Amino acid sequence: MARYADALLTLEDGTVFRGRSCGALLETAGEVVFNTSMTGYQEILTDPSYKGQIVCMTYPHIGNYGITREDSESARPWVEGLVVRELCRTPSNWQSTEALDVFLRRNGIPAIEGIDTRALTRLLRTRGSLRAVLSPLDSSVPRLLAKARALPSMTGRDLARVVTCRRPYAWTETLPAGIFSLPPQAASDREAPPHVAVLDFGVKYGILRCLASAGCRVTVLPAAATAEDVLSLSPDGILLSNGPGDPEPVQYAVQTVRRLLETRVPMFGICLGHQLLGLALGAKTYKLKFGHHGANHPVRDLETGKVEITAQNHNFCIDPASLPPQARLSHINLNDQTCEGFSHAQLPVFSVQYHPEASAGPHDSRHLLSRFLRLMDEHSGKITGPHAQAR
Amino acid sequence: MPKRADLQKIIVVGSGPIVIGQACEFDYSGTQGIKALKEEGYSVVLVNSNPATIMTDPQLADRTYIEPLTPEFLEMVIAREKPQALLPTLGGQTALNLAVALSERGVLERHGVELIGAKLSAITQAEDRQLFKSVMQSIPLDLPRSRVITGLGEARGAARELGFPLVVRPSFTLGGTGGGVAYHIQELIARTSSALEASPSKKVLLEESVIGWKEYELEVMRDWRDNFVVICSIENVDPMGVHTGDSITVAPAQTLTDRQYQEMRDDARRAVRAIGVETGGCNVQFAVDPKTGRRVIIEINPRVSRSSALASKATGFPIAKIAAKLAVGYSLDELPNDITRKTPAAFEPAIDYVVTKVPRFAFEKFYGADEDVPLDTSMKSVGEAMAIGRTFKESLQKALRSLEIGRPGWTAQPAGRKLSAAQKAQLERKLTTPGSERIFWIKTALQSGYGVPEVSTATRIDPWFIGQMREIVDFEASLRSTPLDRESLRRAKSLGFSDRQLAALRGGTEAKIRELRKRWGVRPAFKRVDTCAAEFDAQTPYFYSTYDPENEARPSRQKKKVMILGSGPNRIGQGIEFDYSCVHAVTALREMGYETLMVNCNPETVSTDYDASDRLYFEPLTIEDILEIMDLEKPAGVIVQFGGQTPLNLALPLLRAGVPILGTAPKSIDIAEDRRRFAALLKQLRIPVPPHGIARTSAQACRIARRVGFPVIARPSYVLGGRAMEIVYDEPALKQYIAANTRAAGRREILIDRFLADATEVDVDAVSDGKAVYIGGVMEHIEEAGIHSGDSACTLPPRTLTPEQLSTVVEYTRRTALALRVVGLINIQFAIKDGAVYLLEANPRASRTVPFVSKATGIPLAKLAAKVIVGARLKSLLPKALVSASPPPLPYAAVKGVVLPFLRFPGVDPTLGPEMKSTGEVMGIDTDFVRAFIKSQAAAGTALPPAGSVFISVRDEDKPAILSAAAHLKHLGFTLHATHNTRDFLARHGIEARPVFKIGDGKPDVVDLLKQKSLSLVINTPSGRRARKDGYRIRRTALELNINCITNIHACEMAIHGISMLRDSKLSARPLQELHASLPYSVSMRPL
Repeated sequence: MARYADALLTLEDGTVFRGRSCGALLETAGEVVFNTSMTGYQEILTDPSYKGQIVCMTYPHIGNYGITREDSESARPWVEGLVVRELCRTPSNWQSTEALDVFLRRNGIPAIEGIDTRALTRLLRTRGSLRAVLSPLDSSVPRLLAKARALPSMTGRDLARVVTCRRPYAWTETLPAGIFSLPPQAASDREAPPHVAVLDFGVKYGILRCLASAGCRVTVLPAAATAEDVLSLSPDGILLSNGPGDPEPVQYAVQTVRRLLETRVPMFGICLGHQLLGLALGAKTYKLKFGHHGANHPVRDLETGKVEITAQNHNFCIDPASLPPQARLSHINLNDQTCEGFSHAQLPVFSVQYHPEASAGPHDSRHLLSRFLRLMDEHSGKITGPHAQAR
Repeated sequence: MPKRADLQKIIVVGSGPIVIGQACEFDYSGTQGIKALKEEGYSVVLVNSNPATIMTDPQLADRTYIEPLTPEFLEMVIAREKPQALLPTLGGQTALNLAVALSERGVLERHGVELIGAKLSAITQAEDRQLFKSVMQSIPLDLPRSRVITGLGEARGAARELGFPLVVRPSFTLGGTGGGVAYHIQELIARTSSALEASPSKKVLLEESVIGWKEYELEVMRDWRDNFVVICSIENVDPMGVHTGDSITVAPAQTLTDRQYQEMRDDARRAVRAIGVETGGCNVQFAVDPKTGRRVIIEINPRVSRSSALASKATGFPIAKIAAKLAVGYSLDELPNDITRKTPAAFEPAIDYVVTKVPRFAFEKFYGADEDVPLDTSMKSVGEAMAIGRTFKESLQKALRSLEIGRPGWTAQPAGRKLSAAQKAQLERKLTTPGSERIFWIKTALQSGYGVPEVSTATRIDPWFIGQMREIVDFEASLRSTPLDRESLRRAKSLGFSDRQLAALRGGTEAKIRELRKRWGVRPAFKRVDTCAAEFDAQTPYFYSTYDPENEARPSRQKKKVMILGSGPNRIGQGIEFDYSCVHAVTALREMGYETLMVNCNPETVSTDYDASDRLYFEPLTIEDILEIMDLEKPAGVIVQFGGQTPLNLALPLLRAGVPILGTAPKSIDIAEDRRRFAALLKQLRIPVPPHGIARTSAQACRIARRVGFPVIARPSYVLGGRAMEIVYDEPALKQYIAANTRAAGRREILIDRFLADATEVDVDAVSDGKAVYIGGVMEHIEEAGIHSGDSACTLPPRTLTPEQLSTVVEYTRRTALALRVVGLINIQFAIKDGAVYLLEANPRASRTVPFVSKATGIPLAKLAAKVIVGARLKSLLPKALVSASPPPLPYAAVKGVVLPFLRFPGVDPTLGPEMKSTGEVMGIDTDFVRAFIKSQAAAGTALPPAGSVFISVRDEDKPAILSAAAHLKHLGFTLHATHNTRDFLARHGIEARPVFKIGDGKPDVVDLLKQKSLSLVINTPSGRRARKDGYRIRRTALELNINCITNIHACEMAIHGISMLRDSKLSARPLQELHASLPYSVSMRPL
């Protein structure tokens, strides 16, 4: 049997997990979070929202179906490192193009396997997310511990700036198998497809594919784009994308959103975009103990009473008590009653904390894209009108 | 919306006797469902004919009807109870079919009863293949291309259109009975004919073959708000072509990307919505082409199922309980997740381990030990074991050692390092044809140099699974060649190797490996099953072992702590009855303030519900696994007498390892099993036994047989369920028996007993506290001695015993129980021949009849025994009236009937003998024997015909006895048919019968008559001396056409009493609670 190098995962509280190195033979550091999705590791690895984090997968077999051409959420993996109970080096699936281990090495992502991931998860659940160093190179625990403790906190760091695109681009790729529960062309009476400007704070391809599949013309803009940059596209709608880390330091985007709100252009916020929208309206955000990272979070739509099983990935959250009166709490998480969405009472603006594009996760919430389309339809031609369009 | 206030009383339908395809899982779901409805304040009426269930305990439902599950009896109960609703989704296919029948007959409408859980339209759209197909096409979902046919001509046309191979599926049958795969036109015609027979609606689906495709199941729930969750995904290791009940399956799905999985989930959601399953649990099956990913929907079961029980055990999510609550109006988000208590039931469990389920087969009971029967789409397994591990490798090995088939884990079929050409050919055949031992042949192949792609191509099992298996094989090879150190031992354990396996690999004993592990600190940790992959804190007392470092099971310091060993996978001879006893024992001990630890590996059962005991360890029942739990929990002792032979076999090894065994001492158990010592004891007690001897060789056997006189009963010592037990009539046959059975006997001896022909057999269940003995019940078999007690119908109280015989039986039971120092349960079998009482065997443990006796008398024997085991006295437990008066006097009669699985096993003669073959039992209970007997027959699915034509053909010994039966039938207006010999015999005695040709002598012969459906009853007793081919064909045809066939003269007499009663009076249904209230004693146990 092949022998693999030993690796250490050293957490800031002094806990050390000894395992085998896999992926790239590099040292890495970041905040450790756990994800409870049983499938979808490729989407998770390539989700820009994981910038700054080492992800521990709670499901023990990871890599079973390898890497596919269809399932990346960005051009490269963003996680700082991967922690698994057992990495599969002999994947099996008709879509598989390479083994996960090869993919990790090719992309310089270090990983560790053979540790008690459930013990780590229980630790994170109790202590909250922890900073850690994952190293196959350094075996000195005191040194690793010092490195872990020297890591900057996620709070106060603007990571969107790191992961966003450098310049604007158009997106056309659609979902391979169409989009369930979303009408292919909701905006039927339009002459041209609705033009959506996406502010990229670390956008997942899944969101762009959903928009394209719904018949939208999609332009992606860097996080630091100004309101003027956005408005120069004359968009029918604006999508504030997901992204990594703390929304507070992304003040430039909060300013942009404030300006955009004045234009009454329909706006849809997802995850970090939802938090930025909240901040722009005067709400406060705070850090959750260990965040929501998984594909099984029940969310209730307060208007219909229906429950959606949602995909989630965030550590920060809007304090619902801080929402201004014009922002109505629209969705709550049934596990911990946290804010999962709100809509604006006067403006064509709504947002959710979870991921309607899922990937990875159940497709229960894709109907939100239809809602965005409807909103754009209703407001087409009325965008610059003098009066607020109450819905 | 909160629960519905317009309903007050709900009727729940159970699934009846245990049959292949419908086992304990419906007791588990039914029990959960009833508890859930009671919790909501509804009055619950239960109808189920199976007394061996927890759900029929009279404390559970408000009214418990142990009555036949037929539309007639259901209507009686409905008319009497006037419920507002009927919940048919907890009782398997039986309950669904009954719901359809009751709707179609207008019964529900007439009595104003609403179907809840599944509407009629949802049931029929899911069950009727043609409707199903059109609904799926309307969504649209992809299906295998198919055609529904109603005759053979259409079948030919369909074959031209769809090509071969074709799957033949009858509508509305359980577990795919009567289905199969046809590879050519002859096979198609044969399969279609039997499928048409099997389908109650006479519709058969012919389908494009998806054999070899990947097979998946989703266990889903939906509420009236259209909230939808997937509780668990299951991937079948054995691909399409093998019934899922016969497949090795794993949870969750292993080889799908998230997108592929979520698209399947989307399909399931749309399918369930289109079928109209509004509230409850549902099973959706898919096949996926491994090359292209094309996904087709196979079927939907709009009810809880075997797979949903598995999913519940695999995730910790109580599907049946939640389904019951959804049926009365709740939505998923209104119900809490039982495990986290803080989060709602509207979520999808995340698991952080791998669950593997393996089927257990019983082919040796029907075809002899060497035959391997190919598996197909008709289910044939009789039980299953489940194991939880952190990896597939670990859980596979744990599951295989849980099977109790003599394998300590995943072992190979015996083969040399280098295979001969013939061996290679055999191996390749074994890989290509799915069979009960294929998994072990795979190891042989991997060890002999076959690669993952080759094995995967041959078996069509996904390379991922074979790759995982390959890792086990590679590690095993490295273990053979390098010294065992701490690290490799740890690695071996986390790959699931048992100590026994390692001992076999390295030489030495299991104990040595255990010692080594202890020295090196290589010990398992116990992890919690919590539905959420540790995301939330959970207190569920549900654990599994693994070799990861962190242990989560923090045992209490409680001194009053007892471990109860369960009975493992169901098999013929050890089934639900033992789980019933285990659950009762646990309940009784909890009542007494004991902390109870349950160890079992059968996912179907109530005992593996984490609610049943204080702490559940879902673990294999082996010495290694039990000792590890012992070391952690340190209970006061272990109770081995409730789980059947499985824990009993562990008693001595556990004792040797220093574990205190509570109740009857293992030494006594051993005496009762050891023929020599037991015979000596009985001699001392002056209890007669049939003349007998013990043989090791053929010559010895013949000497003994000559001494005791033929016929003799021959059997290997220490076997279960009459395995390889046979009545032998002469010396050549005896020699043949010895030659054939030295393998089943192993190194053991063959016991030879004089066979007491035509004796009456009696079974006694008793409880002793070491000082006093309570005779729980004396049962008289309807069939004569020589038919395995598990296959024999019996009556309680006894029907023909004289008071003297009864008191002798009681006295012998007392004497034996006290002499063996029994503390707890004992079952003794007697034979009464020419007025003399002989003791046949004694088993100091719970028996199969414990639940039957407990239901009939109202005194729960297993509870009584459990309390006695921890020190209570019978005197203080029993109602005053019973302390001195046992057996308890009954003002009514109960008859136990059996169900047999012959239909599942083509080519097998459906006759009874000393080897047990039945899978389950029913109970008929009424004012007198005959009424109770009629009910037991109806409940077993062999209802007596009130009129019609009967065919009679009996062996010479039975001719005198048949005369009165024939005359009686004639008098009742039956037309008699007989072959020439029997006809002449009857004619000589003035009874006229129509002549029928013997098979082959001319047309129409008896098989033709059967096929024309012109017979309603067959009386055919097989000759005991040699197999009779004609008799076989008659019995087999009757079986396949569902025509009542009586193969035993004693049963025939009872049947005729029954038929005449049927014509004279109407039967009625009465609940157990009312029957028990009529007893001359109180059934509530006295508080301690």
